[in-house]
Amino acid sequence: MTLLINFIKIVWQSLGGRVSLIIFVICILLAIFGPYLAPYDAQERSYDAADKLVRLAPPSWDHLLGTTLLGRDVFSQMLWGARPALIVGILTALGTVIIGMNVGLVSGYFGGKIDTILMRITDIFLGLPFLPFIIVLLALTERNIWTIILAMMAVMWRSTARIVRAEVLSLRERQFIAAARTTGASDVDIIYREIAPNVMPLALIGVTFALAWAIITEASIGFLGFSDPNVVSWGSIIYEAYASQMMYRAPWWVLPPGIAIMILVTAVYFIGRAYEEVINPRLKEGG
Amino acid sequence: MGQFIFKRFWHMCITLFVMTTLMFFMFRLLPGDPTATVISPALYPKAQEALRQQFGLDKPLLEQYFVYMKNLAFFDFGISFHTTRPVSEAIQGRLLNTILLVLPSMIAAYIMGAFVGAMVAWRRGSKFETILVLVATALQSAPVFWLGMLAILYFSIQLDMFPVGHIVSPGMFPEANWDMYFSTDFLHHLALPFIVNALYQFCFPFLLMRSSMLSTIGEDYIELARMKGLRENRILYRHAMRNSLLPLATTLPMILGWAVAGSVVIETVFSWPGLGLLMVEAVGRADYPMVQASFLLIAVLTVVGTFVADMLYGLLDPRIVYN
Repeated sequence: MTLLINFIKIVWQSLGGRVSLIIFVICILLAIFGPYLAPYDAQERSYDAADKLVRLAPPSWDHLLGTTLLGRDVFSQMLWGARPALIVGILTALGTVIIGMNVGLVSGYFGGKIDTILMRITDIFLGLPFLPFIIVLLALTERNIWTIILAMMAVMWRSTARIVRAEVLSLRERQFIAAARTTGASDVDIIYREIAPNVMPLALIGVTFALAWAIITEASIGFLGFSDPNVVSWGSIIYEAYASQMMYRAPWWVLPPGIAIMILVTAVYFIGRAYEEVINPRLKEGG
Repeated sequence: MGQFIFKRFWHMCITLFVMTTLMFFMFRLLPGDPTATVISPALYPKAQEALRQQFGLDKPLLEQYFVYMKNLAFFDFGISFHTTRPVSEAIQGRLLNTILLVLPSMIAAYIMGAFVGAMVAWRRGSKFETILVLVATALQSAPVFWLGMLAILYFSIQLDMFPVGHIVSPGMFPEANWDMYFSTDFLHHLALPFIVNALYQFCFPFLLMRSSMLSTIGEDYIELARMKGLRENRILYRHAMRNSLLPLATTLPMILGWAVAGSVVIETVFSWPGLGLLMVEAVGRADYPMVQASFLLIAVLTVVGTFVADMLYGLLDPRIVYN
């Protein structure tokens, strides 16, 4: 908890970080309350006074962002779609970093054979083409948000594992680890009490970048038509617009979900960068 | 050096072997019967049996695996469930199409990213810099398929400048052959996906180059070059930029992997007949031999690309220690 407060304090220092944090919080509030604020249900079809379906209506007071081919309200769909984006993004990012951190900690701390084996496995995962692999997994299992989260976690831990391991390798030789050892602390104690707190800042940066990736990937999965057919997400709105072949006549249908993803992910990137610059000035993005 | 290349090559082979094996067993062991689409349970048991034999599905799993691996060695990917023709027929040419879409845009993006990133960092603190960083981050944050759709919406439909998709105009080349790739029609179709992909790929090297330059500019040798009275341009290109290129070279293999994997969505938007589109279509038809084969080729492209980029990096930076 103190870690989270510390994180927010650091990000808050820069203007970009402040604006991004506010945007992110707004998105979370939308994910929680969006469905209650939405004027229509996500799948509800609107009919006009003559009982005709309101197809592809441009934005108006009744439909702030117009309607889809099947007469659904785009504005309401946008409000419903924030939830899956953020649930998938946040859970995937947390899971990814927890797996990656543990692999990195164990690999770096024990070294030797364990390190070799774990890093060979990590290398194989680094070679896996990310999106195609997830599509294959989803093709073979049920398609719902939990399988999407698990499929993404199964691959994304690889980069965190590498970064954390490198950090652990240098931490392992420090004096406070030797000191802990002389007091008779067990390996588990040293890994989780002494080393883990020191790699937390790196892990937090990992969370932000994983979050950004997960949100975009969730949208990509939706766009390719592999997401849960019963859940409206920003990606699936774009997919429907694309699959209907009508998006070229209805820009109001396809613009909002893309812009929403863009704003959310940009904010996440800036939060990550604001934190990174303070925590580790020599570790610039991507490096 | 020779030893290093050999070791990396060996690792690459293991990676590919493990992936192939993983794929094979994933398709056979995960829930859901992938053969259900082709061998309908409604068929007579005898007919089911005959089909199973035709696809080699009646043999024990381990034997199927060895047959599969042996066939792969001869570029035999099995028979498509959908067309009941050899998969290798459908897959021919797809690999090249994907490479032609990914590689040139990638190279263009890296060169542009390096130069623009260096310029912007050189004149740091300008309004232009702030705007460009914001725009690049926003572009990087947008889903690339959505950018593609907007590009089609504006340039192809509104302005009618480019075709809406596909690799050549329908009917132009009834038989895909080499002439196709040298026609202006092909280039015309390539232009829009190329621009969108290059623009999207540009963001990462640009942002990386900028931050790398910012830390280089603070180094002593830049100050020294200034004191020697060297011209600004010379310091920029010869001293600062050269030394800042290293992180770009290090990340190239990783980014190449992303680009190949990401081609799935770009190909779908532009109906570009590459491996990614083939795979997505095959998943839709539950044509598992086709999915498996296209995935493997995408993986090969990624892994081999990474290997080549690693080797190039070794050539670029003689300081690298091979261990």
